[in-house]
Amino acid sequence: MDPYCLKKLNAERQARRAALLLTDLGDGRDRVIKEGDPVAGLLGDAVKQAFLSGRSSVAEIEGRAFFLNVHVPPPRLVVIGAVHISQALAPMAKIAGYDMEIVDPRTAFATPERFPDIKLFAEWPQDILEQRPLDPYTAVAVVTHDPKIDDQALERALKAGCFYVGALGSRKTHAKRVERLKVLGFSEDEIALIHSPIGLDIGAASPAEIAVAVMAEVIKAFRARGLQTARHLEKTA
Amino acid sequence: MQNPSEQIRDPLLIAESWMAEGRDVAIATVVETWGSAPRPVGSHLVIDEAGNFEGSVSGGCVEGSVIAEAMDVISQGTPRMLEFGVADETAWQVGLSCGGRIKVYVERLG
Repeated sequence: MDPYCLKKLNAERQARRAALLLTDLGDGRDRVIKEGDPVAGLLGDAVKQAFLSGRSSVAEIEGRAFFLNVHVPPPRLVVIGAVHISQALAPMAKIAGYDMEIVDPRTAFATPERFPDIKLFAEWPQDILEQRPLDPYTAVAVVTHDPKIDDQALERALKAGCFYVGALGSRKTHAKRVERLKVLGFSEDEIALIHSPIGLDIGAASPAEIAVAVMAEVIKAFRARGLQTARHLEKTA
Repeated sequence: MQNPSEQIRDPLLIAESWMAEGRDVAIATVVETWGSAPRPVGSHLVIDEAGNFEGSVSGGCVEGSVIAEAMDVISQGTPRMLEFGVADETAWQVGLSCGGRIKVYVERLG
């Protein structure tokens, strides 16, 4: 392995960006490909598939064997609101392999008794998200019903290019939210990235069922994230 | 999924730090698996010229053999593809007790 490739790969991984080490198994030469880098032809298709699935594999292309070792940051789920839905979501996220954390400045809600075994921050989103920044491999679900809390997180989630942004609330509540975000300078296209009403439409009624719908929607967004992530990477490149 | 303790013992970060210390390093990577295999494709074992190692390619079944091969790779510089499994008992003294098969690519760093 080229030492320069190792350094570059490690730097990408530590910055929570997806990267792939491509090794020609014939001659041992390798190179690092970042998600969104243009790669032509059949190899390009294999690279794209590897980033989407997160699975490493050997690809035979035009008689040559390549190993594609893909390093995708572990997905995070940041939930704004230490509410009933979050209590049901926490164990589901863990089972699905998501590193979940909860932020809610209302100390009556954010108590370790209500949320054992999970990272819990009884702070304002604007403060905690400064120390623990959002990124394209993070999903954000805002569920407090309180614009003072939710909007801070939505603003940062949209700017960070999070692969999923969901917001709880009726269509009427969301219409008001859209107006507030417009005032903050977000375009209609950016605001349209917010999933609201939150969760896949499975007719969820109870908080636990809404949690199932949210988890499913997050997974769906992660597996289909290609386009949005690439767009964001282009913007920040 | 990486948990914090795995991140601390991250083989690729360790390989980089060993390299910075001037040690000769080989990197072994699981590139293919068939059937039941203890470590997924992409897993790494990193080895230095003195035989120190971090990470795993099989959870302990074939590491000894990979380390021995890695020492040769460090001195000769040519990458090797190793194959382990119950189907290859004649070719290899060690195998995977779980019944799977794995291919491990061993290369020198630099």
